Amino acid sequence: MRRVAVIGTGHSKFCFNSPKTSLEMLAEVALDAINEANITPRDVQAINVGNVLGPFEEGQGMIQSFFANDIGCFNVPASRFEGACASGSMAVRDAVLLVASGYYDIMLVGGTEKCTAMSTGLATRTFSMYGDSRYEFPSGFTFPAVFALLAHLYAKKYEIPLAALKEQMAAVSVQSHEYAMKNPNAQIHKLISKEDVLNSFMVSTPIQLQDACPFSDGAAALIIASEETARRLVKKPVFFAGVGQASSGKLSSQYKYLPQLHAREVACQQSYRMAGLTPKDMDLCELHDCFSIAAMIAAEGLGFFEPGQSGWAWEKGETRLGGKIPINISGGLKAKGHPIGATGVSQVYEVTLQLRGDMVEQGRQVEGAKYGIIDTLGGDGVLLSLIMTNQ
Amino acid sequence: MEYKLTWQEYNKALKKDRLMGLRCEDCGKFTCPPMMVCAECVSTNLKVVQMSGRGKVVSFTTSYIAGEGRENELPYTIVLVELEEGPWIMGNLVGVDPKRVSMDVMGRSVELGYRVYPGDKFSSGDMARPAFSLRD
Repeated sequence: MRRVAVIGTGHSKFCFNSPKTSLEMLAEVALDAINEANITPRDVQAINVGNVLGPFEEGQGMIQSFFANDIGCFNVPASRFEGACASGSMAVRDAVLLVASGYYDIMLVGGTEKCTAMSTGLATRTFSMYGDSRYEFPSGFTFPAVFALLAHLYAKKYEIPLAALKEQMAAVSVQSHEYAMKNPNAQIHKLISKEDVLNSFMVSTPIQLQDACPFSDGAAALIIASEETARRLVKKPVFFAGVGQASSGKLSSQYKYLPQLHAREVACQQSYRMAGLTPKDMDLCELHDCFSIAAMIAAEGLGFFEPGQSGWAWEKGETRLGGKIPINISGGLKAKGHPIGATGVSQVYEVTLQLRGDMVEQGRQVEGAKYGIIDTLGGDGVLLSLIMTNQ
Repeated sequence: MEYKLTWQEYNKALKKDRLMGLRCEDCGKFTCPPMMVCAECVSTNLKVVQMSGRGKVVSFTTSYIAGEGRENELPYTIVLVELEEGPWIMGNLVGVDPKRVSMDVMGRSVELGYRVYPGDKFSSGDMARPAFSLRD
């Protein structure tokens, strides 16, 4: 298979109540990516789009086709990927494989979502469609509830008093808000304290409002190309070193591994193996912190910390710039925002810019970074793992 | 090849207070809720059985937010229960004040009952779910 690189990027500001449609948000960042890659829409051979709830947000299905037309990519094959919050990363992985195979040389990958077009009640209802509708939704399944169940399991299994665990969870949120201050694309530019987290509205015990990411609008786009094409078009291509994806069933069916998600280990082992790298080789990580406990579980599943240990790592600053493994220096889903179809593409955008050394101005560059890993979780079952490098 | 135990059959039985599952004729392990194949060994040599309906709470949460149309149920407690036969299942904990449920509930023995969710415009009809009560 050929090496594949990101050669163009675009990213909207993530926000509440965007005045633009999902398609407009995506078209704008797609043209930014096209311009950065020194190509025109006519050079794009195929398009992959992550979009999850378009039908509920704007009554719009099949957005990828209308989007392709709007940006002048007339008649190219355009596919929509739907894997809940991992949709964008799925769209990226498939494009990488299609270009690696030699079938295409240049693809556009985008993700867009307008979650805040829905009321909070409708958003909560539609998000819960990404759990098992027959056997688990009837019990009142919501995603805060899923991670709340995992938080209590985590406290019990690793023998961490709940009060101590809640402080660790708060430390995750506090760090994300700090780094979001430096990210102009972040939805939330507001510092919070541990006390703010612990005093926030109780959503689903033990998860409080400030343990959770917001509903968000936003879009991100990438141009990806074969190595030969990439070297012809841009000075600093950033390559995919490894990709992985795995699925799982309803939450209760994963009981042998909970609170860890086995599919994450399967997915990241695929990407580590393909890259010939280990967790120790990673210089930075963007992971799926839809809830603070989700971030802790992810950091352990990816191999950065022993199970039950990552909370202390956050408290000690090992996840900050200069720490053992800088995690979510973008502000993460928590403070950068989580427009679900765009999230995976946004994570790749972040790691690409870090590996190009383009984050110096924003004051959040991981010095000398060579390898970055992206982890995205869709619902309680789709896991994506992508490793990128500037080497 | 047909399902041994469809969701419709499972749902109908649960509404009669019976939790149905599958026992694998090859490896002897149980799959509940049902699947097309044995969750352990992927065999399709499965027998429909009634589960005991007893187990212990392995995790819980009390929810103060719900999706559109279910706000009237708040607050409610969701539990993961390890059934006597091995598998875990999601359900509700009833007969206790949801606001008072704490980590002390983890490990407690529970017994099956059921509640029916009437469904909404997005679901295909009503759906029963396990509603567990503490045994001790």
